Amino acid sequence: MPVPRPVTFTRIVNTTPVAVVLYVMIVAVIVWASYTGAQQMGYNWQWYQIPKYFYRFTDDGFQVGEIITGLWATIVLSLTSFILATVLGLGVALLRLSGLVVGKGVAVTYLEFVRNIPLLVLLYLFYYVLGPVFGFDRWTAAVLTLAVFHSALISEIFRAGINSVANGQWEAAASIGMSRAQAYRYIILPQSVRFMLPPLTGEVVHLIKSSAIVSVIAVAELTTIGRNIISDTYMSFEVWFTIAAVYLALTLVLSFGVSAVEKRFQSET
Amino acid sequence: MTKSPIIVANGVGKAFGDFHALTDVHMTVHKNERVVVCGPSGSGKSTLIRCFNGLENHSSGNLTVDGIELYPDSPEIRQLRQDVGMVFQQFNLFPHLTVLENLMIGPMKVRKLDRAQAEATARKYLERVRIPEQADKRPAQLSGGQQQRVAIARALCMEPRVMLFDEPTSALDPEMIGEVLDVMVELADTGMTMVVVTHEMGFARKVADTMVFMEAGRIVETSPPETFFTNPTSDRARMFLDQILEH
Repeated sequence: MPVPRPVTFTRIVNTTPVAVVLYVMIVAVIVWASYTGAQQMGYNWQWYQIPKYFYRFTDDGFQVGEIITGLWATIVLSLTSFILATVLGLGVALLRLSGLVVGKGVAVTYLEFVRNIPLLVLLYLFYYVLGPVFGFDRWTAAVLTLAVFHSALISEIFRAGINSVANGQWEAAASIGMSRAQAYRYIILPQSVRFMLPPLTGEVVHLIKSSAIVSVIAVAELTTIGRNIISDTYMSFEVWFTIAAVYLALTLVLSFGVSAVEKRFQSET
Repeated sequence: MTKSPIIVANGVGKAFGDFHALTDVHMTVHKNERVVVCGPSGSGKSTLIRCFNGLENHSSGNLTVDGIELYPDSPEIRQLRQDVGMVFQQFNLFPHLTVLENLMIGPMKVRKLDRAQAEATARKYLERVRIPEQADKRPAQLSGGQQQRVAIARALCMEPRVMLFDEPTSALDPEMIGEVLDVMVELADTGMTMVVVTHEMGFARKVADTMVFMEAGRIVETSPPETFFTNPTSDRARMFLDQILEH
């Protein structure tokens, strides 16, 4: 006979039907509130205008709309920045773990510097100061800003992942004559990927979201496109809802994709 | 027996801060000699053999292994480790690689053998430790005894001139100790130079040429097993033997 458990508030709320009902109610309240609010403002909803910013059919046939172009730019921007951030982050993590006093000093200084400057200020630094000095354009400034900002966080993920591999693995690698570099490459890093994958996914999602900030230097990505459409049409409600939904769709797809990869990875080891 | 020394420790000491793990250790291991190191826990046995392949740096005295004088961060240490095999208490197999890959990675990446050669060597030694059928499994799928035999094979694949064993059976379930010791006895029969830290006195009686008894970081007694087991010269060794042979 199962042990009787007391009926608590948490247990009632956690049952699926109650959760679904609550969820639907919360969403309904938000939608209702924004609609009535807009109604009171006398807002003129024009949802029918939105699809043409995704795609349209003209005499030239099928055409991709601005939002899709912007989404693509966001993806390319995020991906480029993420790859660069990963390389930088790995470098900083290895420097920090190198046991060299100088290496550790450089790494810690870099981390503290990057982590304690607001992202927006970092962007201005790259665009208004370093941009003119080194002669790079706004796209490069955007990529560098995001890469540098996120490399700090990613390096901590790498460091934690590397440290979670048991010390005996280093000793075993050393005992068969491997150099430190070989031990990293063949023994330590392959094992730490398992520990790094979940937080790295979180970091990609974080990066995609923070990429919106580059709209302040008018890089033509999703958020900038949204602002442009609004300045042409004044449909701020529809456009921001749509842009938010596109970001949400992108990051959700990514999260699900990665958790599928993770499951496969875990069953392998 | 040829008397060419492979490991020569001359007044070796090791301090961790104020704690002296090793004090003034003198020890010589000759080619083809089997030395068993025993003593109570915390006596510095493991620290000593970890010094022999540079996993610990000794802090005083001289230590020469295979003609190479060891000192901290010596550049020759990697070369040395290729010729000095080590088996750990906790096996330390590479969990992300198959058994075969565990054996091949050293020869391929360190010795730079090609894949076919490395695989042939790996299979030869898997045969030697009697688990050829486990080649494609991951370490986690094996029993402790099998894992330790893989670890021995991994060290042997580097074709070492000396094998160091750091309490190889201490982490094993009792019924698996035998299979690992059997492999080690066979290895001893091939003439391998071995330094074994262990509490397995039956094994020691069978294979040791020399018994070394340590306490509190010092070597208290060095004698052939006949003397050591029947008539140890030090009271401390006698007490130790009484303690562990009673059971």
